[in-house]
Amino acid sequence: MSDLFDGFIQALMLIFTLDKDLYVISGRSLQVTLTATLIASLVGIPFGSWLAVSNFRFRSSIIVLINALMGLPPVVIGLLVYLLLSNSGPFGVFNLLFTPMAMIIAQFLIILPIIASVSHRTIRSLWEEYRDFFVSLNATRWQIILTLIKDARRSLVTASLAGFGRGIGEVGAIMIVGGNIDHATRVLTTAISLETSRGNFNLAMALGIILILLSITINFLIHITVKSKYEQLDDQL
Amino acid sequence: MTNYKINGTDLILEKNNHNLLGPITFELLNSSCIIILGQNGAGKTSFLRLLHGLDKPKSGLLTWDPYIGLEEQSFIFQSPVILKRSVLENVVYPLLLRGVSRTDSVSKAEHWLEKTSLIHKANEPALSLSGGEKQRMVIARSLICSPKLLFLDEPTVNLDGESKLTIENLLKQAINEGTKIIMATHDLGQVKRLGGDIVFLHHGKIVEIGSVALFFNKPKTDAAFKFLQGEILQ
Repeated sequence: MSDLFDGFIQALMLIFTLDKDLYVISGRSLQVTLTATLIASLVGIPFGSWLAVSNFRFRSSIIVLINALMGLPPVVIGLLVYLLLSNSGPFGVFNLLFTPMAMIIAQFLIILPIIASVSHRTIRSLWEEYRDFFVSLNATRWQIILTLIKDARRSLVTASLAGFGRGIGEVGAIMIVGGNIDHATRVLTTAISLETSRGNFNLAMALGIILILLSITINFLIHITVKSKYEQLDDQL
Repeated sequence: MTNYKINGTDLILEKNNHNLLGPITFELLNSSCIIILGQNGAGKTSFLRLLHGLDKPKSGLLTWDPYIGLEEQSFIFQSPVILKRSVLENVVYPLLLRGVSRTDSVSKAEHWLEKTSLIHKANEPALSLSGGEKQRMVIARSLICSPKLLFLDEPTVNLDGESKLTIENLLKQAINEGTKIIMATHDLGQVKRLGGDIVFLHHGKIVEIGSVALFFNKPKTDAAFKFLQGEILQ
């Protein structure tokens, strides 16, 4: 209990004394996860939406595959990305291993199935509601997808936030592809892991508290930003 | 004024191996208002959906002369499909989809919202409207593209008398402006008020086709007679 309390005090101290290392590590955590979430959203939302309104032979198999990929252990993705980016791998020539870019790629692969799957489910239920209307209007597939994305934007933001939550707390994959190099690829989760192994539980706890606060703040800010007049009504209904 | 003829020959509509309609053979001729009449479960909605192309027949032939494209038709569903947007955004939607500029679309939508007495709610979320207002908004959204043919599936079911009258007046105006209407209903009062021709359905089959006056004065079949007497058909 005292570790928890001391950790909390130390977290406050680190925040209010403007500890430079803390801000650098937190900034990198945000940079990596927000970039990965943004790219995964740009790919996953249109893909999930397209899947929701399409009918083709292997559609069900693709849905099953995406759902299965949601549960793939991040450490395996980390290993896969490591092998692809290592000098002997096909993308070794780009020298991306142990850089924030490698961490973004790993997180992108971890987050993408979550965003695509949640988007698919969200858009599918709206599609079932709108389908006859679109058929009657003779709308094209892309007109349909754009309309559905616009009307389901709040739920889709929740899908992205679920991806962000998974990414910001992830440690296995980014440890493998980032290497936890001080002032280069160290992020909050890898720093917590390191400090725990060193026995610095107070500092590890402080970093953990900051990680949680950061995650809650980002979620809160995004929800506030996307809340439109319609969505306020949605809460009342 | 659009002239059209729709012919159906031995049409059968099925869903999950369950016969919804047919076999039916008919000829619908250029009436300004055709009422699809029948009690619940008679196949009215299925018939409308088949004509509009929302459902494809299992067999049979459906021909139009001349063909009226989907972009010149509109369909109003019994449970109105409401986009999760403002009233104005709902009404401009079909025009924007057809590439009309936003300025022109908004000005046209405002005209239709005036006509349907919804202009004061233009910026309200459409889902916050009452049942009658929603149906008026959907009619504005359908008529904004000046369709040649408007399908309506029981548009006034569950509405109060005043809302019903408002909607019927809007439909009469649309008819006067050249839109042809094909509407499903089981409201006999509404049939009398709107007039035109009748297609009477029973158990997924067309039992009678003819003018409203003839149907009410001299029903040819026992089912139609009983229906007019207010009996529940078996």
